[in-house]
Amino acid sequence: MFFGAALIFVVVLALGALAMLRPRAIASLGPKRTILWGGLIVPSLILTMLVIAAFALGERLLAAPRPDMPLRIEVTARQWVWDFRYPDGSVTSGHVRMPAGEDVDFVLESADVIHGFWIPRLGGKLDAIPGHRNVIRLRADRPGTYGGVCAEYCGSGHAVMPFTVEALPRAEFDALSSGLAEARR
Amino acid sequence: MKARQKPEPIRLHKELSAIWETPPGIAQLSAVNHTIVGKRFILTAFVFFAIGGLLAMLIRVQLATSSTAFVGPERYSQFFTMHGTVMMFLFAIPLFEGFAMYLLPKILGARDLAFPRLSAYGFWCYLFGGSILIVALLLGVAPESGWFMYTPLSSSVYSPGINNDIWLLGITFVEISAVSAAIEIIVTILRLRAPGMSLERMPIMAWYLLITALMMLFGFPPLILGSILLELERAFGLPFFDPVRGGDSLLWQHLFWLFGHPEVYIIFLPAAGAISMMIPTFARHELVGYTAVVVAVVAVAFLSFGLWVHHMFTVGIPHLALAFFSAASGLVAIPTGVQIFAWIATLAEGRRPRWDVPMLYLGGFLFIFVLGGLTGVMLAMVPFNWQAHDTHFVVAHLHYVLVGGFVFPMMAATYYWLPHFTGRVSDHKLSVPAFWLIFGGFNLTFFLMHLTGLRGMPRRVDVYPAEAGWDWLNLLSSVGGFVMAAGFALFVVDLVLQVRFGTAAPRNPWGARTLEWAMPTPPPAYAFASLPHIDDRADRLDPDTLGAELSSGDGYLGHARNGWMETLGVDMATGAPSEIVILPNRTFKPLISGVLTLFFVLCLLFKFYWLSLVVLALVFASLLAWSHGMGARRDCEELAAGNGLVLPLHWQAERPPSWWAMVLACAADATMFASLLFGGLFLWLVAPQWPPALVARPSVVLALFAALMIGAAAVSGRLAVRALQERGPVPLWLGLVGATQLAAAFLFLLMAAQIPAPTSHAHQATSLAILVYAAIHAGIGAIFAMHGFWRWHGGYLSALRSLDLRIARIWHDYAAVTGLVSLAATFLLAFLASAPAEGARP
Repeated sequence: MFFGAALIFVVVLALGALAMLRPRAIASLGPKRTILWGGLIVPSLILTMLVIAAFALGERLLAAPRPDMPLRIEVTARQWVWDFRYPDGSVTSGHVRMPAGEDVDFVLESADVIHGFWIPRLGGKLDAIPGHRNVIRLRADRPGTYGGVCAEYCGSGHAVMPFTVEALPRAEFDALSSGLAEARR
Repeated sequence: MKARQKPEPIRLHKELSAIWETPPGIAQLSAVNHTIVGKRFILTAFVFFAIGGLLAMLIRVQLATSSTAFVGPERYSQFFTMHGTVMMFLFAIPLFEGFAMYLLPKILGARDLAFPRLSAYGFWCYLFGGSILIVALLLGVAPESGWFMYTPLSSSVYSPGINNDIWLLGITFVEISAVSAAIEIIVTILRLRAPGMSLERMPIMAWYLLITALMMLFGFPPLILGSILLELERAFGLPFFDPVRGGDSLLWQHLFWLFGHPEVYIIFLPAAGAISMMIPTFARHELVGYTAVVVAVVAVAFLSFGLWVHHMFTVGIPHLALAFFSAASGLVAIPTGVQIFAWIATLAEGRRPRWDVPMLYLGGFLFIFVLGGLTGVMLAMVPFNWQAHDTHFVVAHLHYVLVGGFVFPMMAATYYWLPHFTGRVSDHKLSVPAFWLIFGGFNLTFFLMHLTGLRGMPRRVDVYPAEAGWDWLNLLSSVGGFVMAAGFALFVVDLVLQVRFGTAAPRNPWGARTLEWAMPTPPPAYAFASLPHIDDRADRLDPDTLGAELSSGDGYLGHARNGWMETLGVDMATGAPSEIVILPNRTFKPLISGVLTLFFVLCLLFKFYWLSLVVLALVFASLLAWSHGMGARRDCEELAAGNGLVLPLHWQAERPPSWWAMVLACAADATMFASLLFGGLFLWLVAPQWPPALVARPSVVLALFAALMIGAAAVSGRLAVRALQERGPVPLWLGLVGATQLAAAFLFLLMAAQIPAPTSHAHQATSLAILVYAAIHAGIGAIFAMHGFWRWHGGYLSALRSLDLRIARIWHDYAAVTGLVSLAATFLLAFLASAPAEGARP
């Protein structure tokens, strides 16, 4: 997309400059043909390809139901902290653990205003909207620690609402979870 | 040759000036002339631009590095909220309105706009509404929830102060002025053109402005409605957006972006219109692909209403719907591309384009706008949007589009039309370095912001951690911002120097071929001493010979008669002259109405609700008083309009401008009403906390009576017109209209009062809003009836002079239809609320 855009940009500006400096070069194409090709045909082709590609990619990123539903982590956003609830009922604040190398569904809810759930390194963002439940499917390919932020302006604490994501190998994640469950019992 | 006494140009000029000119001193406050009001809009808009720019500087200081924050988050949120609000509502829209008001009559060959007092009133509303916001900023109580005011953050629970009330009321005040400007622009373009100027002969700018104004007419009402509903929620606790009580913040987002996206094109299209006027002049060739450009602009207008959801890709809407809006968003690139290539082809066809300051700024436009368009296509792609949404990438994109697509073309337009404003030529000295400072500074600031955004920096943060690694990008952006500010300062200095010390220009210094140059510069108050006949496309004229002919009175209406301000009304499509329009002269009435409207807004702001009703009545009275002295007390035969043409006066014509204004006002109002009904259905379908515990079941008996009354009012309104034409009992029918409208208003209010616990749930609140809406419309119908009686009593009405009653008839019909729909809607909502759509709920 970047290189395509850069190419279109250079071509359009070059045509603009050419029209100023060497008008004959463009005039020889004929005005109708210039408008038809430049304004209609070429962009239509590019846009059609882009929209189809984007739709296909979007379908893949979507949290569609499937037989082996991934791990679900319930996220509740409030001014100005993120709470994470795991299937076993344990809760963490401002910090979330997830298994690496597999999809994880984050179920987003808000206790007050709209917040935006975003872990830039892992992919797209989705809003946590009061009264609604949104699901975003993310995957950390490699274990590691990633930063997450609030992307939707949510009041004076908006800038200081970060959270950390700890992606662990599945075994470690399971061990930690059961360990916590053990400890609670 | 017909023997005809030819007036001398000088005498004609003196006679017309005596009628049209606004004397200096206090009388300037009574000015309604389009040249004066247009210039006021432009100057005021530039002042607000400076204020918005200053706020931008403060934002860049705050963000320069991770440790330069100098204000807390509360103050900072006011800065960015006000920066967006000022630039969108108080700079961009009014600036284009000012240009449109100044130029439209001159490029169409008319002497003034259709409703000069309405433009003056619009200016006062704009100035007062904007001032409320600036005063709030200085007092530290400016709006603080971002320029798109997302609920529930902007609700009274999370933003209890007066801050957001100021936004909702102040901006609605300005928006109403914008809708009235839209009506004025549409009617002027459709009805007040030079004879012979059919639609397909209009200068291209007129097409752009016509379509833009139509977009405003349908784009602004959803936001006006949204603002009113949010203010009702904040002030009276009626829930529309509160998710705890059956409201939904998504409703606000839909209403806001239903306005907000067309808004972007409402800003861009007039600038593109200006480009389409300038390019042919500098190419020395008429615009290539005139028809293609008109079709492209219409296509942009339609598409722009179908892609608001691309601002909401991250709220959890089904993917297939997103794909639809994504495709529509990408599609906008096509008509935009058609325009860009039409401009390029025009330059090329001219074979020897001329290079001058406006062209330099247009070069800047092409560079920046094309980049902004390309990032726009990127953002239209859903997966990329999920990543870039609400980051500085979007900030970069929107500035590329708006500064590239609006500010640069408008600066080009300023240099292009400055000789017209001042009668002085522009020279290059400071305008070129100013351009390079602005252009370089802009790209330094905003190109880097793409990267900052891709590296994960969200919008609207007041601080960021040093370890994020955004410091150097932000610092360079801030440096660029200050370079750009220096460029704008130089631009202002240059303008002041040119206005004060520029060398006197000959007429038409650029060799343009459109009508606005067929007059002396600076233009006389009456614009044209006589009106031209157009028999070719109006961008192929020869202003130099035409100007001389017109000022010697050779065209139509080349006379001064009865102290009247005359211009011609034409058939919408063909441009055949149909009536002589008598325009109202300068008056303080718009100022008085503006001040009263300001008091009304202040009453609401400080919660003096009972007092506000009194002030509102005064506002209505002052507006109705505008018609005092308009029209005539006796029938008038058709009058000579010059060159052998004989025409009726507009108040004896079938469908004069004011008739169309009422039709358009009803169209805008209907859009608002439709948005309200949409809101009611949307909440039932999507919002949490449904069904409600209590259902607002309206009384069938009351509803039947209300329907009867509102229908009877419409029928009596029609009979009143017939009585006037057939010398029947006019006062009887008018009295009946008034009585039935009052009864209908009362019944609607009674039904509204019977709604149980309206603050408990959105269902009740929506039903209440719909009924009160119907009551207000019936009440206004009663006022129209009284006004009709007053006009009849004053002797202004006759079989030939039935305009006032025919305008009122439109309203009575409209009120009847919406009243019946309101009743049906309350029953439907009650039915739906008691039988919820189980399957539709997640």
